[in-house]
Amino acid sequence: MSPQEFVARHESQWVRLEQLLSRLTKVPRNKKQGDNALPVMKSTDENPAPQAVEFPELYRQACHHLALARDRHYPAVVVERLNQLVLNGHQVFYTARSGLWTNIVHFAAADFPVLIRQHARLFLLAALLFYLPVLVMGVAVYFVPEMAYTLISPADATAMEAMYRPTAEHIGRPRDSGSDFLMFGHYIRNNIGIGFQTFAGGIVFGLGSLFYLLFNGLYIGTIAGHLTHVGYTGTFYPFVVGHGAFELNAIVLSGMAGLKLGLALLSPGQMTRKQALLAAARISVRIMYGVVAMLLIAAFLEAFWSSSATIPSQIKYIVGGVFWFLVIFYFAAMGRRRAN
Amino acid sequence: MLDTRRAIETPEGVTLDLHIAGPVVRFFAWCIDFLIRGVVYIILSMTLVNMMGRFGQGIFLVAIFMLEWFYPVLFEVFSRGATPGKRVMGITVLQDNGVPVGWSASITRNLLRFADFLPVLYGFGVASMLISRDFKRLGDLAAGTIVVYRSIPDEIGELPPELPLPPRYPLALDQQRAVIAFAERAVTLTPERARELANMASSLTHATDDAGVKRLFAIANWLVGRR
Repeated sequence: MSPQEFVARHESQWVRLEQLLSRLTKVPRNKKQGDNALPVMKSTDENPAPQAVEFPELYRQACHHLALARDRHYPAVVVERLNQLVLNGHQVFYTARSGLWTNIVHFAAADFPVLIRQHARLFLLAALLFYLPVLVMGVAVYFVPEMAYTLISPADATAMEAMYRPTAEHIGRPRDSGSDFLMFGHYIRNNIGIGFQTFAGGIVFGLGSLFYLLFNGLYIGTIAGHLTHVGYTGTFYPFVVGHGAFELNAIVLSGMAGLKLGLALLSPGQMTRKQALLAAARISVRIMYGVVAMLLIAAFLEAFWSSSATIPSQIKYIVGGVFWFLVIFYFAAMGRRRAN
Repeated sequence: MLDTRRAIETPEGVTLDLHIAGPVVRFFAWCIDFLIRGVVYIILSMTLVNMMGRFGQGIFLVAIFMLEWFYPVLFEVFSRGATPGKRVMGITVLQDNGVPVGWSASITRNLLRFADFLPVLYGFGVASMLISRDFKRLGDLAAGTIVVYRSIPDEIGELPPELPLPPRYPLALDQQRAVIAFAERAVTLTPERARELANMASSLTHATDDAGVKRLFAIANWLVGRR
């Protein structure tokens, strides 16, 4: 068969497929116009829409034609045209359309804690890398106050003291920092950004995550030690206890996600480094979904709950304790039945 | 052959050609997105911050966060793999198997943008692009994504007019492409160089020098479908 005959014989099918494709790829834009703008999605198992049958048929035929055209060394124009057609069809055909909300619910109710428990050793490593510096630096600064200035400048220290002075109008913020909502925005941008950096740095053989975990640990330890030494325990600890349950552990988890990437590169096992990285990233990004959720909760609490000067410290301690219990319970126990 | 075409096989058993986009076109796309984001920043800061006070500032900070981290993600997922900048440059993000990017791949590659940016100005990203086969930055490596041209970039350009002539024997796809590309680019070559190149194909043209060049033009015209 000559290329001209081939084109003449099949062109009508290709044109029809092109039409279907241009309609299918425009679906999101037409949504507003009403139901009839959704050609394929509106079909059921018993009663499929005509396009739901026609499109796969035409697509497979185009695949077949492309293979033939290649094999018979048809002119480049014909091959290129079919290549483009199949490429577009391939994208429409294999787009994953999954139920977003069901996925979110499953993830929150079981998959996320199960995932963390599956990588418990890595979690412990990240937790150690973060909480140990907090503890060591906190104790060190408490007993040797000058140690604080290895990490923060005296000006920073004064600013921190001002934020937690018992007479402060809003605890835990610079004076005149504005409304709760402004601080909410600030915490989102700042804290989630730190979480993302801690994760992303992990692709450099884990070094970035290591750095951010240790650095943030040392920094938080310094602040805690310093404020304890100055005697602002009555404002500082009630402030941090509530949102800390979510924020500190979220930082640990983002470090864990980053270390997972780094470890995949350092010891890929039976896989090539590239494969190992791909596999690790698929897990890490799921951890990061959870991290974002936790940091959102933390930002909300930090802006609207922790900073309130009217809520008594005892209540903040109790609620904070409940939060810590919930977070630990969540990761230790949720989803066990499903996992089995 | 030194080429940016990359073949992938679909479940139907046919191979698809993808054209990988290089660092330069991606840099331009990034610049356009950067400008768009800049304009949005300015508009938001003028409206939200000036008109809504502290509450507006809070929203503004959330908006900046979203623009910083999720601007590419949202466009890649909802706008078929392309941010506005990529769309203008005609490139798009796909998964390695040619399928559109989903949430997790897009989030992975865009969160790791931070690492690509290190130590300065996408240093790691560019290094990774130059080392890896498909111009992948670190985020692309981890997410399993590639950046490709949306459509065939070298669509048939102006061919020198010549009476179409069928080749003496069937040409393989690569050979066809080479002949067409030669005809397209001949105007930019010196006549000497064009003759030299045409002489390499003398087994096809059975002619040398200017006659060979003309014969190749004629075959190219036939190959692109003129009769």
